[in-house]
Amino acid sequence: MTSMTAPKTAPTEERVTPGRTRSTLAGRLIPYGYLSPTVLLIVVLMVVPIVMVIGYSFQDNVIVQENPVFAGFANYAKVLTDPDFLAALENTAIFITVSTVAHLVLGLAFAMMLNTQLLGGVTKAVFRIVYILPWLFTIAVIAVIWRLLLDPSGVVNYVLHTLGLVQEGVNWLGDPGKALWAVTFVNIWSGYPFFMISLLAALQGIPHHLYEAAAMDGANWFQRFTHVTLPQLRPVIVSMGVLDLIWTSQQFALIWMTTGGGPLHATEMLSTYTYKQAFSEYEFATASAAAVIVLLLTMILAFFYVRQQRER
Amino acid sequence: MVVDGIRVRRVIGAATAAATVALVAACGSGSSGDTASDGSVTLEFAQWWGAELPAGEFDKIVNDFTAQNPNIKIKLLSAPYASTKQQLITGAASKTLPDVVGLDGAWVNDFAKQGAITDLSKLMSDANYDTGQLASQVQIKGKTYMIPVVNFVYPLFVNKDLLTKAGVAKVPTTRTQFLDAAKKISATGSDVKGWALPLDTAVPNGIQNDVMSWLWASGGSMLTDGKPNLTGAPVKSVVEFVKSLNDAGVIAPGSLTMKEQDKVEKFTNGQVGMMIDSLAHINLIKKNKPDLKFEVAALPAEDGYTGKRGIPYASWGIGISSSTEHKAEAFKFVSYLLSKETNANLSTIANGFPGNKNAQPDFSDSDPLFKTAFDIYQQGYPANEFVGLPKSEDLMRSFDEQLQLVLTGKTSVDDALAKSQESWTSVFG
Repeated sequence: MTSMTAPKTAPTEERVTPGRTRSTLAGRLIPYGYLSPTVLLIVVLMVVPIVMVIGYSFQDNVIVQENPVFAGFANYAKVLTDPDFLAALENTAIFITVSTVAHLVLGLAFAMMLNTQLLGGVTKAVFRIVYILPWLFTIAVIAVIWRLLLDPSGVVNYVLHTLGLVQEGVNWLGDPGKALWAVTFVNIWSGYPFFMISLLAALQGIPHHLYEAAAMDGANWFQRFTHVTLPQLRPVIVSMGVLDLIWTSQQFALIWMTTGGGPLHATEMLSTYTYKQAFSEYEFATASAAAVIVLLLTMILAFFYVRQQRER
Repeated sequence: MVVDGIRVRRVIGAATAAATVALVAACGSGSSGDTASDGSVTLEFAQWWGAELPAGEFDKIVNDFTAQNPNIKIKLLSAPYASTKQQLITGAASKTLPDVVGLDGAWVNDFAKQGAITDLSKLMSDANYDTGQLASQVQIKGKTYMIPVVNFVYPLFVNKDLLTKAGVAKVPTTRTQFLDAAKKISATGSDVKGWALPLDTAVPNGIQNDVMSWLWASGGSMLTDGKPNLTGAPVKSVVEFVKSLNDAGVIAPGSLTMKEQDKVEKFTNGQVGMMIDSLAHINLIKKNKPDLKFEVAALPAEDGYTGKRGIPYASWGIGISSSTEHKAEAFKFVSYLLSKETNANLSTIANGFPGNKNAQPDFSDSDPLFKTAFDIYQQGYPANEFVGLPKSEDLMRSFDEQLQLVLTGKTSVDDALAKSQESWTSVFG
């Protein structure tokens, strides 16, 4: 073993007297230096594209022609009077509302089952894995699985037929009257585990003495649920609900890979409508207008989310 | 120590900021067609072909070219069809297309209008290229923008076992015979249907391959003088024929959201007796169901039709970006892919038909069905009127939606065709 001693070469005076004005200026700039990577990324990846899309939405013949012209609100008028857009708006509203409510109800029910004292640790672990499985698949896999399951000669129809519930194969995704409900169901299936996990964590954080106090006061199971569990979970439920509304409104891949917005626009969503405007009709101006409308709608939801977070 | 710490942090802060600026600058300065210091040129070639060929085969063909032309390097950007399409649409919009691009006939009109792909006629005359050897060229206003390199035809696929089981002795050659055969096949079992019709609107090419193909097989056209003519007798008879198949209950259920791959799967599983499909799927079907007995035939025509039968096709087309600085080198590569030997070789491994008239694909190692299909192809003519039309996918989609209304009984054939005619006319302008 050899011991090494660091040579004392650092001049002491440099440590003491840095130029005062330079240090103040540099000191002021340092925080911006640290912030600059993030600020730049936000500007390049978010601000610039958003401003460009908003710009496109007020012009005509954007992107595909070299000299776009200012069109005022013409694109917005065109989009807002397009029956396909209005159908997409209605479908999206149904899709996100039903999905979010079902995610919440299913997530809460499963979370409470997994939080119960009645089941053993191993059983709970097994169920945890089973319940979380849908969340582990990517949307592409989910779309393929459910297309096969819901095929007129697929497994779901086979089971229903065997049980005598249907006479012949039901056209779940191909029937305009059923397609929206079928894709909503698939979305519910794929999204509830996230709610379940978050609510389970929140449930485990509720102090036990609250339940004991309620029990001492003579509260039954339902009263404990409504007066202890729900109020304690409220912040999580509201945050998750608003976030889920935003996320679900952006669902594109699942719809595109199962029904493509059809049959007969029955599952047309704002996302698929915008995509078709841009990449099939090359109407980037109306696509931008539709995208801005979606952005505004989403911002309303985001406003409630931020306000709710502040209240906390 | 404290000051040292501050200095280190200051340096890190500045370095991070500088690195971010450099990164952002690098993102913005990406350009294709670079010339290296040794004078060699690198061409980017975006296509979906490499993804559809056996692994490594396309690289071999490209490597042969670079061996012959050491001053040209080819960078292959291979991705599946759908992502290539999306990438090229955005590339065309932002004028950042790779130097050489694989094209589908459906995109050509729009890309040419945007000025994203260059006029190949000029490059061909500059290079004294003999255009007589090309099987076809896709032109807009008399200028060539795309050359089909390999063509894939869409004949009728027939499940022989199902046909025999249904008591149909002969593969149908007329629409009446087809309806009759489809009815008989559908009668053989509750899960079996005569025909599959994929009408999914996400990728509405079922209109081209499975609907309009009936029109072209009888020598019909959906255009008159380059303008849509959907209300005329030929298109009307096709839609009425498809409706009669639907009314007879011989179309596999779920057709309104069925995709092309579902159609192939149902045929492979014996759930559908007949389908119109790409020849390229023969190997897939044989791999998934080696014992399936099927054959390919020309599409049935209208009763009494004796003329040549159009057979729908899709192409691996090629074009050159207008923004590339190396057009001559790019065209050299294009003409290499279209040269007699290379084109024959490429067609053989792709199981398609060559874009060079003189190229002879080698069927010796292929399935005998390819030879049959080549004979059908040579007896008829390649027909795909959607190639070169503006917003062709949108045209297919609007027709698709009207056809869906007809098949669900929500509108009449005449009204649907009048609506389609109206929307197509507005696109043609």
